[in-house]
Amino acid sequence: MTAAARIPSALEPSRREFYVGLLRQMVLVRRFEERAAEAYALGRIGGFCHLYIGQEAVATGAIAALRGDDYLFTSYREHAHALVRGTPARAVMAELFGKATGCSGGKGGSMHLFDAERGFLGGHAIVGSHIPIAAGAAFAIKSRATDQVAACFFGEAAVNIGAFHETLNMAALWGLPAIFICENNRYGMGTALERAAAVYDIAHRACSYDMASETADGMDVLAMHDVVARAAQRAREDKLPTLIEARTYRYMGHSMADPIHGHYRTKEELEEQKSRDPIDQLARQLRQADLLDDDGFKTLKHSVEEEVEDAVRFSEESPEPELSELYTDVYRA
Amino acid sequence: MPTITYRDALNQALREEMHRDPAVFLMGEEVGVYQGAYKVSRGLLEEFGPMRVVDTPIAELGFAGIGVGAAMVGMRPVIEFMTWNFALLAIDQVVNSAAKILYMSGGQIPVPIVFRGPGGPALQLGAQHSQALESWFAHVPGLKVVAPATPYDAKGLLKSAIRDGNPIVFLEGEMLYNTKGEVPEGEYTIPLGSADVKREGADLTLVCHSKSVAVALKAAEQLQHEHDLAAEVVDLRTLRPLDVATLVASVRKTNRCVVVEEGWPLGGVGAQVVDELQREAFDDLDAPILRVTGADVPMPYNKHLERAAKPGPDRVIEAAKRVAYREG
Repeated sequence: MTAAARIPSALEPSRREFYVGLLRQMVLVRRFEERAAEAYALGRIGGFCHLYIGQEAVATGAIAALRGDDYLFTSYREHAHALVRGTPARAVMAELFGKATGCSGGKGGSMHLFDAERGFLGGHAIVGSHIPIAAGAAFAIKSRATDQVAACFFGEAAVNIGAFHETLNMAALWGLPAIFICENNRYGMGTALERAAAVYDIAHRACSYDMASETADGMDVLAMHDVVARAAQRAREDKLPTLIEARTYRYMGHSMADPIHGHYRTKEELEEQKSRDPIDQLARQLRQADLLDDDGFKTLKHSVEEEVEDAVRFSEESPEPELSELYTDVYRA
Repeated sequence: MPTITYRDALNQALREEMHRDPAVFLMGEEVGVYQGAYKVSRGLLEEFGPMRVVDTPIAELGFAGIGVGAAMVGMRPVIEFMTWNFALLAIDQVVNSAAKILYMSGGQIPVPIVFRGPGGPALQLGAQHSQALESWFAHVPGLKVVAPATPYDAKGLLKSAIRDGNPIVFLEGEMLYNTKGEVPEGEYTIPLGSADVKREGADLTLVCHSKSVAVALKAAEQLQHEHDLAAEVVDLRTLRPLDVATLVASVRKTNRCVVVEEGWPLGGVGAQVVDELQREAFDDLDAPILRVTGADVPMPYNKHLERAAKPGPDRVIEAAKRVAYREG
């Protein structure tokens, strides 16, 4: 696989606030995930915990191109999407800790974050299962004739499961306002895409369904923003779906229970990929354009540090759910 | 009161609920242009148009998931599986998505959806098209499972299912679509979770649901005429939640019980009924509860073998005599 060609986006000084906002969100996600890893090691977070470090540009750029009333669906590597959407770091971290103050009341955990108020509709942990679900929200949008969009984030390993193909077929057939964003981080757990897929240029999969598609540099937040903005316009105005392949990379193991490198990838490959780091790239571009100096970046990082520390403290101090909560929310009254 | 078929009773329920609530839509294979594989949706496409009566490709997992997503954002989908045999392709969406999203989201996101279609053994359709799978779904918290036996119940329960607000598995009896019964013209609903005494009797209780209700009623007639035994027939109607109070009340009266179902024995609906009754009515029982189930085999094609695999009235009568200690 060749990395998508990277043409540095020309920064417009008038959009400084927008760029710095994206940078801050990516730094927030990175720092949040680092602290989650520490809390996991200390046993504060249990079960499976899949970190997003390395992939920050995808969720950050994509969600910045969407509206607040659009619907978001994600897989289980979704702390970032919730944070970028605006779910407070406190509520996300508290959910990882399983606390009553978590965004799913402690019943969902790392893989099942939900924030209905912000149209963040999960947090789904069966690979590919949320792809048709997102199309269902798009069907509802079409049925109600609004100009919202349903966006669905999934890993590249999901493109080999039947739900992906069934959904893309129906989304194209019916003209559903959906954006399918494949976060190609190159490995489904420990299996390289090339070892799992006959066609590994994922955007090409859209040809089967006569669907629009684009490949984007998933390490470039501005490229991600632009590609999703085009797809959103296509969904809102033309009522057509798009498949986007975001070429990205995860720095951590598949989950906290898995090795960072080993049998399936080398340390050298990992280090090489880090040279494309999405945060470094944007920070460098901002510095070069005189839009954010070192002091400014330091201040930004400091404010993120405070926000994440506050989230950890809040989560530690928050109460466990009452035992009576065991039997609530099974059925709606 | 008009006498109509089970099929038309379901059709009336769908039509009335689609008129009542614009968020209700029907989606599935052949539901529109073809008028339904079993004609349950006859006339609905013409009346409501293609955005509310939606023909799908053969992609059960995909369109079941589309239903779940639409429900999550406030629609009221009715997803038709051409048969429940094909729903096995979609079971991830029913069990892992629909049943769990309210709970996983800490109560934020309800999934008001009805999955419906025909189930139960049919006639010479072979192993893959002829089976009763209700106990699979009844096992799952978060789902409600409904299996009506009569046109009256089918209509009233489907209307309640569509309005309920939770994910519902609604199993129609494939062999019941042509059966007829009285259905009032006016509006009515039947609450989910309520069993119904279809025939009163003092000597023993026959517990049943869906197609096995007809089997139990036939057996009850014979028991009355040939053995002077008055069987009470309790139709569960809803398998989750189970109406334990009605079951217990009947067994307190009769002291004897036989559970009839078309499904397989291990982990079947009857196994749960027996468990409830031995805990709640142990002192009222004068004999061990017996079960009459489908034979513990894949359904054979051959007519004679197939008949032997299904729980017919003869086997119910035999079990009833045993619990009444009327051997031979």
